[in-house]
Amino acid sequence: MAAIADAHGHGHDEALHHQFEDMDQQNEAYLVGMWTFLVTEVMFFGTLFIIYTLYRSMYQMDWYLAHEALNIPMGGVNTIILLISSFTVAVAVRSAQRRERNLVLWNLGITLVCAFAFLGIKGVEYMEKFQHNLYPGPEFGRHPEYLHGAAPNFAQLYYGLYFGMTGLHAVHVIVGIIVIAYLWVKWFLNAKNVTLDYVPTEMVGLYWHFVDLVWIFLFPLMYLMPKP
Amino acid sequence: MSSIPIEKGLENSSPHQREPANYLTVDWSLKSWLTTGDHKRIGIMYLISISFFFLLGGISAGLIRYELTSPAGRVLESETYNKIFSAHGILMIFTFLVVAIPAVFGNFLLPLMIGARDLAFPRLNLMSWYLYMIGGTLILGGMINGGVDSGWTFYVPYSSMYANSNIALVIVGIFFGGFSSITTGINFIVTTHKMRAPGMTWFRLPLFVWAMYATSVVIILGTPVVAITLLLIVFERVFQLPIFSPELGGDPVLFQHLFWFYSHPAVYIMILPAFGIQSELIANFARKRIFGYHFVAFSTLAIAGLGFLVWGHHMFISSQSMYQGIVFSLISFLVAVPSAVKIFNWTATLYKGNIRLTSPMIYALSFIGLFTVGGLTGLFLGSLGTNVHLTNTYFIVAHFHYVMVGGSLTAFLGALHYWWPKMTGRLYNESLAKWNAVLVFVGFNLTFFPQFVMGWMGMPRRYHYYYFAPEYQPYHLMSTAGASVLALGLIIPGFYLLKSLANGPKASANPWGAHGLEWETASPPVTTNFEQTPIVMDEVYDFDPVLEHEQAQARKALEPTGYEGYEPGALAEPKKDESDLGGKS
Repeated sequence: MAAIADAHGHGHDEALHHQFEDMDQQNEAYLVGMWTFLVTEVMFFGTLFIIYTLYRSMYQMDWYLAHEALNIPMGGVNTIILLISSFTVAVAVRSAQRRERNLVLWNLGITLVCAFAFLGIKGVEYMEKFQHNLYPGPEFGRHPEYLHGAAPNFAQLYYGLYFGMTGLHAVHVIVGIIVIAYLWVKWFLNAKNVTLDYVPTEMVGLYWHFVDLVWIFLFPLMYLMPKP
Repeated sequence: MSSIPIEKGLENSSPHQREPANYLTVDWSLKSWLTTGDHKRIGIMYLISISFFFLLGGISAGLIRYELTSPAGRVLESETYNKIFSAHGILMIFTFLVVAIPAVFGNFLLPLMIGARDLAFPRLNLMSWYLYMIGGTLILGGMINGGVDSGWTFYVPYSSMYANSNIALVIVGIFFGGFSSITTGINFIVTTHKMRAPGMTWFRLPLFVWAMYATSVVIILGTPVVAITLLLIVFERVFQLPIFSPELGGDPVLFQHLFWFYSHPAVYIMILPAFGIQSELIANFARKRIFGYHFVAFSTLAIAGLGFLVWGHHMFISSQSMYQGIVFSLISFLVAVPSAVKIFNWTATLYKGNIRLTSPMIYALSFIGLFTVGGLTGLFLGSLGTNVHLTNTYFIVAHFHYVMVGGSLTAFLGALHYWWPKMTGRLYNESLAKWNAVLVFVGFNLTFFPQFVMGWMGMPRRYHYYYFAPEYQPYHLMSTAGASVLALGLIIPGFYLLKSLANGPKASANPWGAHGLEWETASPPVTTNFEQTPIVMDEVYDFDPVLEHEQAQARKALEPTGYEGYEPGALAEPKKDESDLGGKS
């Protein structure tokens, strides 16, 4: 995490904030802060995964049957899209280190497109579930054929968690879109605090990798259950 | 001491010299406050905000106490009573105790104590205040518009399915408050790791910084869990996502597990900062290095770690397995070990110390007694057998008030009196403050000791009426009388502290003769905290009695500056000063 070469001018660096002594200290502080924030995110999603683990172990067969209504191809495509976006973010961070502005802009741009595509596909999936009355509530299970024989109560629990977890993940994707778009504009305008210093780009990258990682767990847990 | 800044401090307090602008006087506009990144200003903003919420929480406590003076109730409907005690719990915990010491004193002091110019992320710090205010506003909004009657614990399925009150809005408020805590925690962790001044090694950190660090670790690991758990109640109420619904096969006890996974460590979020303050006060007013510095520092971390493994002791009667109960009980007893290490080490620090009974020290000494009672009664509750008898009685109410009020609030008051001259640059009426500290101690014990007795006898908590058992009335009367005394003891400081702002004598850089970087800069400090980055060359709490005596003589020869005299009788000086300066201004 060494800072870029000309960041060592004492206090003259435009990207240096007043509370820090030098760019090294600032960048290390930023990265420690970001990782600490990601710890809180792990605890946040971890709680939901605990709930998921407990309930799935309690209602294995019903959850297996209920999950059959999920659209595996769409989920799979979404997984690939997110993996691509993670790759482009990694390339963007590397390009930021080398100060290759065009590459950064292109790669962040592709990431944004991927994020929107992910949300679009997720939206289609949600629509399908709503149409099939698979959203929890009094109307749940009005079309029993989509429950594939699962007990409606336990299936409702499953879809409660499905919408809760993928919904919170989608919120994180939306936040990611906002942050990446903001970063893209900064790069586009040649703002010194991102072009001279790659750490802001790296921090956004870390966040996006985390969002990707959550989905890497969500996809097999929700879509790819083995028959118990 | 790295001695250059001391001389600077003395220069600044000289009346003949025009003072440089400090962080308070540098800009008077409201906008400069609302957009500030200065950790000291944000600390002051927090102090004002939490005082407001504390007042509201205190008023609800007063209503509860008044209501319980009669076995048949006085003025409130049962439903209103439920809303009032819920409001008391929610306001006191989520908007006062969890926030109070870290956000006010941690914010103000952490950078000063480690010799930094500011926290690592000043804008994030300001954002945490705004998040707190949004959260507080939503909580108040929910309480005014419908109220909450589930208690601060929000147990499902009552809170998620049956309660008709405005639980969703209040929970969203708590969620915002949680984010405010998380941002503060991240800021403290990064600052402690990356912003220490040259020479400020980990084992030269004041114990308050250790406490803040451990607290921040608990905050970032625990708060997200309760945030999402409470949010799931909102999901159930608003979006019908049935996560904990027992009708559909969900597990309400799971909610309790997740809730206490945060809410037990939250107790340590409230008490660890108090331990930190306690270490500062004891060391500086016994004028001795804290006994077993390393043990106290590591016991802080041990409590933070073990604190995550004991949540089940809130659920001994919630259908949890007996074997689970045994393990949780055992680990609960283990937490008592590092807590006792602290108590013993503070006591050992007092031994042969040059003790000065100033007002912060009186709070610190009462903390030792009150926290010991609170902690030991916690062992009664952590034992499986006695827990069944005592749970959901006033015994438990008394226990956690001894820890939270007798511990955290007492330490908060001690800290307020100790660092008030640093924060505001003014000295308050010390003799009045001392009497007030005694008043708080008496009022507190009168309020909560009777609750131990009636809880042991069987008075259940959260009951509106007790006409079925009027023999509890004398205890309730004692408790209410004590609450009135305690209320007085909490109102009086408001007056003399505010009065000191108007016409209190000016404080020198180090009015207590204390040891620590925060005392080496001016009172109040300049915006950048130090004229130049301090270099730390001495150990923490490195008191040298001989040198101190000489310094005191030298300082006395220069001018009378306040409380720094530690010879008997010297404490009468401030009063004299006050009347002098009062006449002039």
